[in-house]
Amino acid sequence: MSVLLLSRLQFALTITFHYLYPPLSIGLGILLVVIEALWLITRNPLYHQMARYWTKVFALTFAIGVATGIVMEFEFGTNWATYSRYVGDVFGSALAAEGIFAFFLESGFLAVLLFGWDKVGPKMHFFSTCMVALGAHFSAVWIVVANSWMQTPAGFHIVGTGLNARAEVTDFWAMVFNPSSMQRLSHTLSGAWQAGAWLMVSVGAWYLLRRRHREFALASVRIGLAFALFASLLTLLTGHKSAEGVAKNQPEKLAAFEGLYVTRTHAPLTLFGWVDAKNEKTHGYAIPGLLSWLAHGKTSAKVTGLNETAPADRPPVNFTFQLFHLMVAVGFTMIGLALWAVWALWRGSLERSRVLLWLMTFAVLGPQIANQAGWWAAEVGRQPWIVYHLLKTSAALSAVVTANEVVASMVMFSLVYMLLFAVFVFLLNDKIQHGPDDSDLNPAGKWALGFGLKSKGAK
Amino acid sequence: MNYGSLDLNTVWFCLVGVLFTGYVILDGFDLGVGVIHLFAAKKDEDRRVFINAIGPVWDGNEVWLVTGGGALFAAFPAVYATVFSGFYLAFMALLCALIFRAVAIEFRSKHPSPRWRAFWDGGFALGSGVSALLIGVAMGNIAWGIPLDARGEFAGSFLGMLHPYALMMGVTTVALFAMHGSIYLLLKTEGEIQARVRRWVNPLIIAFILCYVIVTLATLLYVPHVTAAFRSEPWFFVVAVAVVLAIANIPREINVGKEFYAFLSSCAAMFGLMVIFGIGSFPNLVFSNPNPELSLTAFNASSSQKTLGIMLTIALIGVPVVIAYTASVYWIFRGKVKLDKTSY
Ligand code: HDD
Ligand code: HEM
Ligand code: HEM
Repeated sequence: MSVLLLSRLQFALTITFHYLYPPLSIGLGILLVVIEALWLITRNPLYHQMARYWTKVFALTFAIGVATGIVMEFEFGTNWATYSRYVGDVFGSALAAEGIFAFFLESGFLAVLLFGWDKVGPKMHFFSTCMVALGAHFSAVWIVVANSWMQTPAGFHIVGTGLNARAEVTDFWAMVFNPSSMQRLSHTLSGAWQAGAWLMVSVGAWYLLRRRHREFALASVRIGLAFALFASLLTLLTGHKSAEGVAKNQPEKLAAFEGLYVTRTHAPLTLFGWVDAKNEKTHGYAIPGLLSWLAHGKTSAKVTGLNETAPADRPPVNFTFQLFHLMVAVGFTMIGLALWAVWALWRGSLERSRVLLWLMTFAVLGPQIANQAGWWAAEVGRQPWIVYHLLKTSAALSAVVTANEVVASMVMFSLVYMLLFAVFVFLLNDKIQHGPDDSDLNPAGKWALGFGLKSKGAK
Repeated sequence: MNYGSLDLNTVWFCLVGVLFTGYVILDGFDLGVGVIHLFAAKKDEDRRVFINAIGPVWDGNEVWLVTGGGALFAAFPAVYATVFSGFYLAFMALLCALIFRAVAIEFRSKHPSPRWRAFWDGGFALGSGVSALLIGVAMGNIAWGIPLDARGEFAGSFLGMLHPYALMMGVTTVALFAMHGSIYLLLKTEGEIQARVRRWVNPLIIAFILCYVIVTLATLLYVPHVTAAFRSEPWFFVVAVAVVLAIANIPREINVGKEFYAFLSSCAAMFGLMVIFGIGSFPNLVFSNPNPELSLTAFNASSSQKTLGIMLTIALIGVPVVIAYTASVYWIFRGKVKLDKTSY
């Protein structure tokens, strides 16, 4: 295999694995803020117990997120050296900003969140939880800005030619607010919120199925579900905005998403199907005019097809198409499930409907699948470009790295990540089986003092 | 923002230096704790104390490396590209070691079985030791110089990087971190455990001083471009002497029971070492050996002035805030380790 293919596979492997965890941290981070706020307002010990329990789960996802994130930080230099020289001026500053504004914030206050329960007062602890959640969001901001610049470059000019060409910043804010960054950021964040929310719903639903920890489970389901419903609707909205953006800024990517080969008006939206790339045909069940309407607001609008792009410059169409449709299908499923569950909760029939509870238990997989499919679609759909219409992926490699070296590192990452994943699943399962600690119903230390609970005795 | 006639290239040379110095001093002690983990702590409780001594801070310490990497990428992309692709296998090994270390800290406590704990203890210790060693070897190579071609690409081989000088630098780094870590542990432990740690401190100081002498001699004899900077500006020797004094001060403070001052001394010594390293290298970031004219310097490998200026603004806003809350976290977790429910 070529160094190019190997490096691409390694990048895909490491980022895909990394991206299993940040969405959970981002989503759970917000939920921890909500739960702790509820505890501060109501002083109901149940919320204290929940905060403790979910903090432990958060610590687990966070640890692996950090461990795998370090790899990402250096992989641009190790495997994509030519790319690094080309974009360092622009891309590097976003990555450095991520370190300074996001990672320090997260890791500093994480210490207080995890170990500070008895060392600081409740307000200070709550503040730390907020800062950790904020830090997690900041890291998404900067990394998505950096990635979006590669999708829709702006605020730069090219200096030098040939091998010495590189992009230099001319307008920092135009670089940060490049045409796709805000749409993609909002969409990525809503996807991440779903990941955290559905994890909470799923654990709660499973306890209800097993008839364990009923109070705890119901509270988790309620809070998680409210957030999941909100986030799933927001994902649809922001996804739609992203699609409009793609139609405008990266028309051949949209054409690949939808398998549209010929530029036309009244372009149809294929609900499901497959693309026959050899004969440039898309088969499946399609609704006429819908794609034109979604992308440009009018069924009579013209949508660009792949025929405007030379075959060599097209992404792998069927693959992109399937990934995109998988994400959208999951998106609507999550909305449907959230509505159904909220309705059942409203009617008070949730605990009787085992089918629904089982669906909710497995719902945790949905956002993970959609998040990965979404990133893959967005990244594969812009091939063969690594920086859109400026630098080809094949030209971005490290000149000095050999195929054998990449094979060696890839074997290493595969083994290490398999081990990490197995341990993660084992420990998460352990935590869930163990359930919330009843002793957490009695806040200790400064938490109790802060509310005078110690003297009254916890209930 | 406009920084007028300020020499941004030199400023960023120093700032990247500050970030890596911060990393070495801070992560230095928690890597050092890992290095002596298997030897100085035998019982499960001792090991828990060791890990909890660094528990709240190691992640923040490691962020100095992450941010240093980001800053290098932004300020000197050519260096970031050349060093990380050139040291490919060494870096992959370092990443693997750092991963193991990070997750071992989190995973170890999650299961009581002795086998489980022994496995992650091994991961923690080995990960820490290998990280320290590789960081030292990398620094040794940077000081010694690496072969570069006309495009600034690494032109050597993996085995070529394992020459005696670099390896010696690696061993020295392990000894330095272990010493630094043991002093940190004195600060965080008490009673019987502290007595046990104390027995490790002096041998580690001696081991480090031995290594330091050997590396210094080797540098004077075989690495002329580093010594040249010192010969032209003799007052730089003051720094070198200050380092020795700082190290000599450590046992003295420990004997009178002032562990905190001993730790500060150790930090100061590391700071001095990094200053020497920086002065010896300036303006080279990657010294090209054998063709010095191909070296990557703070001037020929940097980003545009515009980016350096933007980054300086980011640093001026961000760094004071970072230092403020890092200091508060250390303040909140000051004092001896007490194991409780939230501990690892
Ligand atoms: C900051 C930049 C950045 C970010 C946040 C992501 N990617 Fe990406 N991705 C790249 C920067 C990049 C890249 C450096 O541009 C790559 C490397 C080679 C390439 O083709 O583009 C790439 C390639 C790439 C490929 C291989 C595509 C191909 O070779 O055809 C996959 C599957 C992904 N990415 C998946 C992801 C996932 C799952 C992400 C979710 C976190 C993700 N990317 C985030
Ligand atoms: C190629 C791109 C990426 C790089 C270089 C990268 C880099 C990193 C690094 C170095 C860390 C560890 C920080 C620490 O030590 O605390 C990290 C963690 C994290 N990253 Fe990434 N990352 C990438 C993709 C993403 C994406 C796409 C997101 C979210 C949208 C994200 C969100 C996070 C978050 C929230 C953390 C905190 C740890 C956690 O919760 O898992 N990262 N990342
Ligand atoms: C409900 C229907 C959805 C629509 C219409 C939609 C639309 C889109 C579009 C057009 C993109 C590509 C943006 C680009 O290439 O620049 C995208 C990417 C993405 N989607 Fe979705 N999406 C939907 C559901 C979801 C769901 C449910 C999730 C996860 C829970 C999700 C997660 C992502 C992620 C992580 C990306 C990559 C980041 C980005 O490019 O913004 N999407 N989505």
